[in-house]
Amino acid sequence: MWQIILVLVIYLPLVLIIGRYLYKVTMGEKMWGDSFFQRIEGIIYKISAVKQEDMTGKQYIFSLLFSNAVMIAIGYCLLRLQSVLFLNPNNIGNMETTLSFNTVISFMTNTNLQHYSGESGLSYLSQMLVIIFMMFTSAASGYAVCMAFCRRLIAKTDTLGNFYVDYVRVITRILLPLSFIVSLILVSQGVPQTFQENITLTTIEDKQQDIALGPIAAMESIKHLGTNGGGFIGANSSAPFENPTILTNIVEILSMMLLPGACVVTLGLMIAYRKKRSNNVWLGKQGASIFIAMSIIFLIGVAAVYISEKSGNPAIHAIGIDDHTGNMEGKETRFGIAQSSLFTAVTTAFTTGSINNMHDTLTPLGGLVPLFNMMLNVVFGGKGVGLMNMMMYVLLTIFIACLMIGRTPQFLGKKIEAKEMKLIALCILIHPALILGFSALAVVTDGGIAGITNPGAHGLSQVLYEFASSSANNGSGFEGLLDNSTFWNVTTGLAMFFGHYISIVLQIAIASLLAKKLVHNESVGTLNTSNATFTIFLVAIVLVVGALTFLPALALGPITEYLQLNS
Amino acid sequence: METKKNSFLTKEIIATSLASAFKKFNPVYMIKNPVMFVVEIGFFLVVLLTAFPSLFHSGNQELRLYNGIVAVVLFLTILFANFAESVAQGRGKAQVATLKKTKSSTSARVVIDGKEVMKPASTLSHGDIVIVRAGETIPNDGEVIDGIATVDESAITGESAPVIKERGGDFSSVTGGTVVTSDELTIKITSLPGESFLDKMISLIEGANRKKTPNEIALSTLLVSLTIIFLLVVLTLYPMLHYLNIDISIATLVALTVCLIPTTIGGLLSAIGIAGMDRVTQFNVIAMNGKAVEACGDVDTLILDKTGTITYGNRMATAFLPVSGIAQEELKVAAYLSSLTDDTPEGKSIVALAKEQNISIQNVEELIQTSEHIPFTAQTRMSGLDTADGTKFRKGAYDVMKKQSKVVPKDLEKLIHFVSNEGGTPLVVMKNEIILGVIYLKDVVKSGLKERFKQLREMGIQTIMCTGDNPLTAAAIAKEAGVDSFIAESKPEDKIQVIRDEQKLGKVVAMTGDGTNDAPALAQANVGMAMNSGTNSAKEAANMVDLDSDPTKLIEVVEIGKQLLMTRGALTTFSIANDIAKYFAIIPAILLIGIPEMSRLNIMHLDSPISAILSALIFNALIIPLLIPVAMKGVQYKAMSSSKLLIKNTLIYGVGGAIVPFIGIKIIDMIISPLLKTMGI
Repeated sequence: MWQIILVLVIYLPLVLIIGRYLYKVTMGEKMWGDSFFQRIEGIIYKISAVKQEDMTGKQYIFSLLFSNAVMIAIGYCLLRLQSVLFLNPNNIGNMETTLSFNTVISFMTNTNLQHYSGESGLSYLSQMLVIIFMMFTSAASGYAVCMAFCRRLIAKTDTLGNFYVDYVRVITRILLPLSFIVSLILVSQGVPQTFQENITLTTIEDKQQDIALGPIAAMESIKHLGTNGGGFIGANSSAPFENPTILTNIVEILSMMLLPGACVVTLGLMIAYRKKRSNNVWLGKQGASIFIAMSIIFLIGVAAVYISEKSGNPAIHAIGIDDHTGNMEGKETRFGIAQSSLFTAVTTAFTTGSINNMHDTLTPLGGLVPLFNMMLNVVFGGKGVGLMNMMMYVLLTIFIACLMIGRTPQFLGKKIEAKEMKLIALCILIHPALILGFSALAVVTDGGIAGITNPGAHGLSQVLYEFASSSANNGSGFEGLLDNSTFWNVTTGLAMFFGHYISIVLQIAIASLLAKKLVHNESVGTLNTSNATFTIFLVAIVLVVGALTFLPALALGPITEYLQLNS
Repeated sequence: METKKNSFLTKEIIATSLASAFKKFNPVYMIKNPVMFVVEIGFFLVVLLTAFPSLFHSGNQELRLYNGIVAVVLFLTILFANFAESVAQGRGKAQVATLKKTKSSTSARVVIDGKEVMKPASTLSHGDIVIVRAGETIPNDGEVIDGIATVDESAITGESAPVIKERGGDFSSVTGGTVVTSDELTIKITSLPGESFLDKMISLIEGANRKKTPNEIALSTLLVSLTIIFLLVVLTLYPMLHYLNIDISIATLVALTVCLIPTTIGGLLSAIGIAGMDRVTQFNVIAMNGKAVEACGDVDTLILDKTGTITYGNRMATAFLPVSGIAQEELKVAAYLSSLTDDTPEGKSIVALAKEQNISIQNVEELIQTSEHIPFTAQTRMSGLDTADGTKFRKGAYDVMKKQSKVVPKDLEKLIHFVSNEGGTPLVVMKNEIILGVIYLKDVVKSGLKERFKQLREMGIQTIMCTGDNPLTAAAIAKEAGVDSFIAESKPEDKIQVIRDEQKLGKVVAMTGDGTNDAPALAQANVGMAMNSGTNSAKEAANMVDLDSDPTKLIEVVEIGKQLLMTRGALTTFSIANDIAKYFAIIPAILLIGIPEMSRLNIMHLDSPISAILSALIFNALIIPLLIPVAMKGVQYKAMSSSKLLIKNTLIYGVGGAIVPFIGIKIIDMIISPLLKTMGI
């Protein structure tokens, strides 16, 4: 328990500092290291002929889609041709078509759902040029679009910010430096960083075993900082070479939490500074109300996993096995219940998707939490889009709350009218539509059923988890699903694609509409969106709408499992 | 027009509403309300399944009765929603009937080439000149171009005291359907038949061309998307249940859908809108569209004229100021006597003040009876009485009195200036053509306004007073009334500037006005309320017309606007919160067949799966008529800060909305489960 508290206590000051830094990067303010970074960025802009002109929302999102499309095309070609390219010491073959499609969408959308095992499915070149490369670019795309979104909420014009500039600055000033630091910490703890081929050795049982090596530390840092989650090795962060010690575990947890939280801080500062600049503000009232709302849902989740895992499995208890340590099935002994529970809650709330324990073997309620986190997709969420998703709920809450006090709805003085409402509704709709729609499809088609390895309720949980993970761009697997098949590769690929791009296009469209709006007066008569009442109202709306949408499905999966196990 | 009726349900309205509720089952009409349309589709589907129970499943004959019951409850759900809308419309219809009676007159005396020709009113066109004599109805809206007369406007305003109409100024416009009660007027018709104020009023109240307001559209969007989400939940639930080998009937799926989609707010939404407009109308204010009422809820700044809005006008006597050489008592008695039969508010206030100051005078009754009275008229602008002994008491406007007096005292001018400078109005008192002194008529702030403005401040609404007075006087009255700021020596052009400045700050501005020169400001303001007594141009520029010509009512209209939005928000929250309990009733019931352990989630201990589903469905239907009163009257509203208001309404409609259905469903289950058992289900 104290381990969880300790990590969260370290997190708070870190997120405020990084949030402030992110704000400066976002707003292009003067900062330490400007001359150094500007030189590098200048060269990049020159080579790629970036004009640095302000863009409208439409131009911005078009630039994002265009650049992502190009990267998807290159990534796909590399995966299909990796056997003949260089840096392939382990002689790995070309990837199959649907798996390549799935993999490249997975990494470009920052999902990092892996239907392959890295050590046996990818060459070192693919690991670096497709996987690590996209881990940077997809995260940068996400943060760039989040910045564009936030800026428009407070702006009075829709023409501001340049996608390519934001994108480059996020990489040069945030992702690269932070990754560098985290990588060094990981290397110091024993994470390999090498081009050496895998070691094959003979174990004491006289069996041959391959020890997977490679540029792991480089990937491990960005995997968490960019809330990516795809492992270098199939076993992901439960493998000793990805996550050797308690210290690396904590560093990885903090890395995942850092930037999604910082985005909220940045938005908070933008709102706080929009009228008067003051250096004493660390989060701003509005930022605090959103941050606290997310934290409440997050902490409920952490507590639920921890308590559920700690109390163990009644079936095991019933057969007389000592289970005072809690449910340790599928967990690493070096992490224990606390570090595993926290990792599980963080990786799904912050939609990273890396795992340090097997989610398939969590207790039913322990497994419900990561599932529900991904279904909500607003509890901090990954790479900036989590904040944008939360803002959809914020706008929805404002809409209802404003009506309750007899005002037409407005946020930061901007009216939320039919047009915005339509897009907000679509945004909130798309996520459950993908999860429930594809899950229903999976259980009625042969291709879908073929992948399900468990009977009854747990089988359904696996399916729901896979699509929730895809649509939320999380990427973690419940595992146990035989997911490398045409059906699963294509359906999860589509869920990731639509879940990512439709949402951000709609969200930028909403921000653009709001940017062009007249700013209305705020007084004691208008809704205060930054006090405790609003925070509680927001949490209630998120939980009620989320619960109402997913409760029947959850009732059939984890809740049934729980009832059956505890009856 | 009899409007102040508190009960919204009369037998008559129930009967007609019920009839029209059935007519609204027409799918062409229903599709306008997507939430209820989904219910209707579900209803048809279940009716079909009642007739052919094995349409989708084979051999489910015993489901016929269950399907039939579900169909009946769905039918009632739709009926209740339609009924709510009809009731809301029904109230307007009664008013329209009265108005139409007024309209169905008349022939008009049209002047053509100097001759009077009788023509039917419906053939009059813009620019025609008509003459209307005492006892006749004015055929259409127009402008008085000659004559002075009293007009009874009770047909429109409900106010029985006639008003004076004359050429020029702010009292020159007349409304079709009103009756001339004295003298005659020559009127230039200003509107086409069918486009008069009365016609507009009729069509507005009828709601014939009622458009959804912007906020209503936005809310509908939300409701539609909630409906889609829940449709999706139910549609995907079916294959998942099938995968787990749990059998579920189509009727149950329909019941689940209908319980989850926001039928409560969906069914009442249009009723809320119509009732909101209606509440404004009941208040004798005609809103030109629903958007204006909605905008009222958002008002940040109220611009109010001092005279007539904040103060009663220059008309309360507050002091008697004798000229030098005259005793205070003498002036007082003369003022008292000359005002005895003056029925204007000024006259009454003079009598009241004199009595208050204990004047000594005997045999008042005898004096009144033996004297000859000269009543106050608009033309003479004076009143008085001639006693039997020949003494003449007079009081009136300064210039009128000056002409009638023999000598003008030296210090009279000084007194007149003093009163004027203080922002008051002087009246001169005379006895036998000798000027005794001046009555000081002062603006008096209307009672209760100070508290009102305080409430407005709590609601975040700022008040600005506009007055022609000098800054000193203005400041004094502003302080007395408790307005936030004032603009002294303001001209009509200033008003529009103030509105623009406020709007530049992102504020929503409301104002009232009546004169022609108020028209541009009325048009510029987000909410402009014109007085019915005002000119036609003012009325046309405004988006609301107050039939009672009481500018203070703007404050009430703002509250009605807020109440309208609040009712929508409260019922939406209620509707969504209801779903939690419905889930606890239905989900265990559905899953119990395949997963016996689900009985632990049956926390309400409902009797059987079927009674659980039906109880939730019946609750869902019954809650609509139970909430009709809330939809009609609007949720209770007291001025308070937005945070307090949010907490209060969330507790009532959010938390309450989560708890009430648990109790309701349990009670219904206790009632219907024995019934179901006797039916063999």
